[in-house]
Amino acid sequence: MSVEVVPRPVGAAHPPRDRRRRARRPVTLLVASALVVLALAGPLAFLVVQASGVGWGPIAHLLFRSLTTSLLWNTVRLDVVVTALCAVLGTLSAYLVERTDLPGRRVFGALLVIPFAIPDFVVGFGWTSIAPSVAGYWGAVLVMTLAVYPLVYLPVAAALRGADPGLEEVARSLGLGRLARFWRVTVGQARRAILGGCLLVTLVILAEYGAFEILGYQTFTTEIFSEYSVGFDLSAASALSLVLVGLSLVALIGQNLVRERHGARVARGAARRHTPQRLGRVTGPALLGVVALVVAALGVPVGATLYWISSGSPSGLTGESLVGAGLTTAAYAAGAGVLATLMALPIALLAVRHPTRLRSALSQSTLLILAVPGVVVALALSSFTEQHLGGLGYQSAPLLVLAYALMFFPLALVGVRASVAQAPRSLEEVAGSLGLGRSRVFARVTLPLVAPGLAAAFCLVFLSVVTELTATLILIPTGAQTLATQFWAYQQNLAYGQAAPFALVMMAVAAVPAYLLGRFFDRLPTQRASRPDPRVLP
Amino acid sequence: MRALVALRTRGARATATLLSVAAGALALSACGTASGTTITLYNGQHVQTTDALVTAFEKAHPGIHVAVRSDSENTLDAQIVQEGARSPADVFFAENSPALEYLQGRGLLAPLPSSLLAATPARYNSPSGRWVGVTARVSLMVYDPATVSRSRLPSSILQLAEPRYAGLLGLAPSETDFQPIVTAVLRSVGRARTLAWLEGLKRNAAGHLYSSNEALTLAVNRGAVGLAVIDQYYWYRLRASLGAGSMHSTLAPFAPRDPGYVIDVSGAGVLASSHHRAAAEALVRFLVSRTGQEIIARSDSFEYPLASGVVTVQPETPFGALRPDPISVAQLGTGSTAVALLREAQLL
Repeated sequence: MSVEVVPRPVGAAHPPRDRRRRARRPVTLLVASALVVLALAGPLAFLVVQASGVGWGPIAHLLFRSLTTSLLWNTVRLDVVVTALCAVLGTLSAYLVERTDLPGRRVFGALLVIPFAIPDFVVGFGWTSIAPSVAGYWGAVLVMTLAVYPLVYLPVAAALRGADPGLEEVARSLGLGRLARFWRVTVGQARRAILGGCLLVTLVILAEYGAFEILGYQTFTTEIFSEYSVGFDLSAASALSLVLVGLSLVALIGQNLVRERHGARVARGAARRHTPQRLGRVTGPALLGVVALVVAALGVPVGATLYWISSGSPSGLTGESLVGAGLTTAAYAAGAGVLATLMALPIALLAVRHPTRLRSALSQSTLLILAVPGVVVALALSSFTEQHLGGLGYQSAPLLVLAYALMFFPLALVGVRASVAQAPRSLEEVAGSLGLGRSRVFARVTLPLVAPGLAAAFCLVFLSVVTELTATLILIPTGAQTLATQFWAYQQNLAYGQAAPFALVMMAVAAVPAYLLGRFFDRLPTQRASRPDPRVLP
Repeated sequence: MRALVALRTRGARATATLLSVAAGALALSACGTASGTTITLYNGQHVQTTDALVTAFEKAHPGIHVAVRSDSENTLDAQIVQEGARSPADVFFAENSPALEYLQGRGLLAPLPSSLLAATPARYNSPSGRWVGVTARVSLMVYDPATVSRSRLPSSILQLAEPRYAGLLGLAPSETDFQPIVTAVLRSVGRARTLAWLEGLKRNAAGHLYSSNEALTLAVNRGAVGLAVIDQYYWYRLRASLGAGSMHSTLAPFAPRDPGYVIDVSGAGVLASSHHRAAAEALVRFLVSRTGQEIIARSDSFEYPLASGVVTVQPETPFGALRPDPISVAQLGTGSTAVALLREAQLL
């Protein structure tokens, strides 16, 4: 069945088939994609313009000093260690849930995803408020690992679920031990998903601010924030941001090199239900490990929040309404979710259905924006409206939604691309051969096929917006409040009892999309029996 | 007491909401004969303090609605400069005088009537009459007695750079509260010694640099840091949040007139670009009125009221008993030299 639906691995030689297809240029897609890429390039261009405005001398002075070196060291050592830990935790827990007879694995499957709905700074707040020694480098390692490991868990679980169990059966019949099978078969099958998840983790950590502020850990991003807020120095902040973009470029290229070196399997076999592997004697330790992870990532922040709500002394300072902030947050998040998903669709279609080396590279490069701190994206947009649009849209909700959509575009692309890669092109070709026009094929065949991916993209963006802080502070309409700004205002004033309810509502608002997301990644590969593809990443 | 204040403010808010709903209904039924003004407040002060003041102001002036935009004062400064003549802000309420002096130096603040300025002692107002002092805090040491005994505390902030405090000190160098201290040290010992002092602080505080005074205060309270310099109100706020039983840290002042013993003035001004000058002035006037100052005196913000003869009712050292460095708000300036020095010492 449907042999031809496997998208070529990125960068492989073009078979003649593709050259024929390229003759029919997908004009609409190209134009839409160009617009999206242009919008995404805006903030990066702003960085270059701002940084070059002051000339090379002052920038060199700023960049080549020992503070930069120590920030670089802080950023890199944190990023590398957290990425490695997330790879291990995410892969192991996905393996246990998807491939073994771990007791209660369906429940764990849901619980392991929910931490994605907890803002990083709430995880930090939860840990520091119950364990004061959680601070500095190791504190940051702990908190960030717990906050972002679902970025690896989700795609790896999806990949394992859909991968051909035949390999594993063969390995077992050839006498490979459990460990060897895990390493050589399971990890091998999930390699792409692991690498993709790790790339997201690396980029997200580069741009993280709130958690590090709470933990007292300095990185490039916290320094960019102080440069902007203390010295009013936009050019300094921009120059530092360019270093971040450089770092993320290194991560992107590194990931590609590793991925290409290992090549890709051509035949993927058939997806069937796996016979769960017996854990036997390791059931106890495995269960303990998963429970510990859930407690640390989910139990501690939720518990701390509940503790502060119940015991925090009510102080005489008034608060903004929870409901109002919750509704505002949900409205912004939904708007950004829709916009980012719409933006991701043409890029995903182009990169998967009409791939060329350039288009794939462009599609990948859109990931870079994930590493640009929110404050920088916000400044780029606000100064653009001020300087070129005469203040039109300044501090308005649409501009804020656009900022969110740009910042979290890469996450939307992840979701959409997973579905597009999954949808068999043969169905579109059949529809075409039956006389349907291009636009009707798109509406009646492609769209329904990729709909789950669109929903996943929406959820990923929605979740990220709910917890966004630094761009929100700059762009939010005067008088409006989101859950994150309110939580931050109270947390900043050490009014934990008043901050905690906002954190709780934030988690509640985010839990539904997080759950749906978990379901999506669960269903992803089995939804079409034809061909599981763990390639959920651009 | 605290519960009472909570009740009162909550009641006030509910009343204000009711009133504004009623006013809205009235305005509708009268087909726009009663027109309200909306002014925009850029708020660099702590959100809760401002919330309480704005709620009371709107109650006293039913025709004026205040839209509040809160952020760090320097971010708001940068925004106002970027917005220029188009700025939506009518009033700017800053946590520290340098943020106001910065705008004044760029001609962005309007002169205030002398009757308004008269509410606050002149030395806490803008030297050129373009902003008025509303509240004050004082800088002092917070320390963990389990790590640093009282006898080991320095009498001057200059001593904090000495090697004996290595590993004990914590700093929040990017906080705007720190710049007035640097300016005060600069005035008393000169540029070269200030830079050497900052470098000493950086060495002693290695691994203990925080982004906010709140995080720094918390770090001292939980014993992660031995001692730090903060404005007094962070400690009182932490106590209000955690309860007195959870306070493991103590406050101690520097010697009288020490450059570490600085009064930080929080003030407000009207933007020169404001189209609602009268309503904006009414808000600023309210902040320094007896009603406004009494809200501050009683609130859990723990700031010292500066105007209309009101004194704080909170159990902290009375404002009149403080013996700070006599540096003036004019001498504190915009803090740009302090920022340059902090950058040179690579604390920024």
